[in-house]
Amino acid sequence: MKVSVGHKLGERDVTPEAVYLNRRQYLKASAVGAAALLAPTVKASPATGSADPAPLWLQAQNNQAAPSPFSSTEKLTPYEYVTGYNNFYEFGTGKDDPEKHGQDFKPHPWQVTVSGLAEGTGTFDLEDLLKGLAVEERIYRLRCVEAWSMVIPWLGVPMAALLQRLKPLSSARFVSFETVYRPEEMPGQGSFFAAIDYPYIEGLRMDEAMHPLTLMATGVYGRSLPNQNGAPIRLVVPWKYGFKSIKSIRKITFTDRQPQTTWQKANAREYGFYANVNPSVDHPRWSQAEERRLPSTLFASNRVPTLPFNGYADAVAGLYQGMDLTKYY
Amino acid sequence: MDKVLLTRWFWWILLLPFVFAGARVVQVIWYDPSALGPDPAQALVDLFGTTALWFLCAVLFVTPARAVIGVRWLTRQRRALGVACFGYALLHWLSYAGLLLEWQWQNLGQDLLNRPYIIVGFLAGLMLLLLAGTSNNTSVRLLGRRWRILHRLVYPAALLVLVHMFWVARSDYTEVILYSVVVLLLLLYRWRYSAKST
Repeated sequence: MKVSVGHKLGERDVTPEAVYLNRRQYLKASAVGAAALLAPTVKASPATGSADPAPLWLQAQNNQAAPSPFSSTEKLTPYEYVTGYNNFYEFGTGKDDPEKHGQDFKPHPWQVTVSGLAEGTGTFDLEDLLKGLAVEERIYRLRCVEAWSMVIPWLGVPMAALLQRLKPLSSARFVSFETVYRPEEMPGQGSFFAAIDYPYIEGLRMDEAMHPLTLMATGVYGRSLPNQNGAPIRLVVPWKYGFKSIKSIRKITFTDRQPQTTWQKANAREYGFYANVNPSVDHPRWSQAEERRLPSTLFASNRVPTLPFNGYADAVAGLYQGMDLTKYY
Repeated sequence: MDKVLLTRWFWWILLLPFVFAGARVVQVIWYDPSALGPDPAQALVDLFGTTALWFLCAVLFVTPARAVIGVRWLTRQRRALGVACFGYALLHWLSYAGLLLEWQWQNLGQDLLNRPYIIVGFLAGLMLLLLAGTSNNTSVRLLGRRWRILHRLVYPAALLVLVHMFWVARSDYTEVILYSVVVLLLLLYRWRYSAKST
């Protein structure tokens, strides 16, 4: 199966060996450089900042991260925006709320409950669930339904590898995911003005979940996931709108029926199950033909045309052959 | 009608949001590009829009304040509050057209078609322009009785602003609902007691 990242790679795209071998230094250096430019309010970046609070086993697994041919070569969104501008309503609805109010959340120790149409059901410690799975670095575009986007260097394991070890039955046609429910640590969940129902639920068709691009992320920018980014594990489905990439996953369920997702329940007319990035299918209240690539500046709004499937059409369009994408949005 | 006496401190209230925004812009350009977040143009548009909304609420609050709490001095400042509301609505539109659209008029046409909330906002803005334009003493004299009738336009303008906000809200309606409750309460008061004049 042909898999590509949205633009053709040629001989000149091959990374020189010296650069490849020193990639972690370059990544850290660019983070430090960007950090220096943005002084004095630069946040602790992976290179300069506080120690990773994740357990050592997770740090060790993340440190083994290998590069991936699926990674984009576009300019990365700086760490402070990736970790400071988030939609994670469990911690509040402002873009800076998850970072501000996520500090009391405790992502470790963490268990994941697997249930439904699979052989490997049960409740597992995160360490056991991930044991032996090879972490990769995947630089993906993430496109929010609100028409902004970022380029983010995730660390994670291919979802296919994770799901395969859970041995789903052939009758399993969908997999659903559920975020943790902890109103005492997540102020947005207990709020009277809660914008959506909790716990947050998302789901994928089995072939979408098993696709090579689908990632179970365990880190970002060379370190474990900060709380505001969905610690300790989260989904990343780069060809779909960001709300599909569910964070802080607690439950994985294999089912034969299409699950109703949280945003479908909140507003089915505006948010569908598939949520594939599609410039030809507008949101009822705004166009999806363009997006703002963040960070923009005061005088350059950085509008870029939105690409079908967020630029991953070569890899994933085949999943939807024959489907009416205006009906199955 | 009396000459409006604007005390010095009141000027500061009117100008404070502008000074604050200006300081942030200076900070972003010369000191810290991240001071307005990763989407600085949008942040400014939101800031000016919210400020305009606050002044609109202040205008609607003047009569209830006098009747319910007994505050009389706001009545003299209502004209300034209204003009300030229009001023910030204008800044809101200018930063949208200049910074987000970068003065590309073809984009404005496209946006109008695809984003109905812009049409509604623009309509509200035109109403506020009309109100601000006829807020001076000459207009009051020339229009006479009709001036009061014309300036009831603030009520539909306020409703259009609410619709504009609801359509803009991406996925979180909390803030919009709170503002709507405030504005609707103020409008309700005026509707019930509009027989009583200043």
